[in-house]
Amino acid sequence: MDERWFPTVNEREFIEQAFESGLRVDGRGPFDFRNLKIAFGREDGSAEVELGETRVMGYVTAQLVQPYKERPNEGTLAIFAEFSPMADPAYEPGRPGEAAIELGRVIDRGLRESRAVDLESLCVVAGKHVWSLRVDLHVLDNEGNLIDAANIAALAALSTFRRPECTVGGDDGQQLTIHDPDVREPLSLTIHHLPIAVTFAYFGDGNIMVVDPTFKEEAIMGGRMTVTVNSNTDVCSIQKAGGEGLMPSVVMQCLRIALLKAADITNEIKIKLSQG
Amino acid sequence: MEHVNPLTGFRVDGRRPNEMRQLRGEVGVVSRADGSALFEMGNTRVIAAVYGPREIQNRSQQVNLKEALVRCEYRMAEFSTGDRRRKPKGDRRSTEISLVIRQTMEASILTHLMPHSQIDIFVQVLQADGGTRSACINAATLALADAGIPMKDIVTSCSAGYLCSTPLLDLNYIEDSAGGPDVTVGILAKMDKVTLLQMDAKLPMDTFETVMELATEGCKAIATYIREVLLENTKQLECQRG
Repeated sequence: MDERWFPTVNEREFIEQAFESGLRVDGRGPFDFRNLKIAFGREDGSAEVELGETRVMGYVTAQLVQPYKERPNEGTLAIFAEFSPMADPAYEPGRPGEAAIELGRVIDRGLRESRAVDLESLCVVAGKHVWSLRVDLHVLDNEGNLIDAANIAALAALSTFRRPECTVGGDDGQQLTIHDPDVREPLSLTIHHLPIAVTFAYFGDGNIMVVDPTFKEEAIMGGRMTVTVNSNTDVCSIQKAGGEGLMPSVVMQCLRIALLKAADITNEIKIKLSQG
Repeated sequence: MEHVNPLTGFRVDGRRPNEMRQLRGEVGVVSRADGSALFEMGNTRVIAAVYGPREIQNRSQQVNLKEALVRCEYRMAEFSTGDRRRKPKGDRRSTEISLVIRQTMEASILTHLMPHSQIDIFVQVLQADGGTRSACINAATLALADAGIPMKDIVTSCSAGYLCSTPLLDLNYIEDSAGGPDVTVGILAKMDKVTLLQMDAKLPMDTFETVMELATEGCKAIATYIREVLLENTKQLECQRG
């Protein structure tokens, strides 16, 4: 059974008419984000992000593994997204669906390909032991714009994560010791920059656009674009998979708006991190 | 590694930075399909087959009663890449590309004209040398046109990258795996609107704009070529009818 929610004709018209007069149903301006809350768990490497009603939990774990042959002196980073069936009636338990895979890949591209996390510092013995980081993103409540919320959760969790210190020694110089976190202070990750995802939703013929769409707005939108940018005005990734066409000038306008929004969110994450 | 020769300005395969690879498109390559096409961009070789509009096979997949259901499956043949490892069906990369191709084609198909029906697009990569998703979209466009499915515009796609401080059009595998930025653009050719835009790795904003413009120019060139192929095909059909 497909339990996907469909807006009624009235709802659709109401939301669309509101856009025409520059309003949104929840009272925000077109380029306002919802209220962002970040809570850190008691352990290192966990964070729960609330973006309005949308709730995503991020959890980072690490394991020592053998590195890939092509990159013997680099650790690995993998993102896994799971849409819990509790978050939305349309989500089914079991294998991740298309949307979960897309979310994981978009966040993965933003974080990994832009080299936000320094992977070389995760190498213990080149070609033998490297740390493999795993970021699990659990969607707990879907009120729209999961990508942005999940991205913030991933960044917050990675920023607080600390791995145990290891030393190589012994008679043959190959003995690996992992120090207990109580004995030696664990080490934080080196994060070069924070790539922030900002999602735009398009309505009409691509003339109306808003950031941070809610669940209802997502159900009636004609297209979506997620841009990941950092505070050094670099574009880290873009995902616009089909949907309503946009003029190239509109794309650039969105990028400029995204830069402003990313600066705000970066600040907010940094403030939360300093508060611990 | 030098990806652009500093003296001559040529790339590893002898192309200029804004030069595309040789294009080849052929329509009607799968006899049982309603529409099919083969598309080559240099050594990248992709085959697409379209079935439909036909009756919906699995009713539970039907989302909107008033519109046709579009499905897409992207696969890479085991022999398409350098290593002959058997790839699991439905890995994360191909699931994402299937989704991207489906949504891109959906944007141009007039789905509201074919309610209660489904259109299946199967794309298979026969030889992978970079830019497979662009080649797949171009092949799918040709196959959909061959199947006579109503579309509001043709979608074409092309990629561009940025290596050695030079924007490069239509990356091949060596350039693609160099770790530089890779921008894939898909446009609705006549309306001049961007429907697909994917990018990874880091790029300053001003540079991004030039790279995107280059990729868009590539898309337009491909659109011109695809129109020629379709026109030629139509002429042949006309001859056959006498």
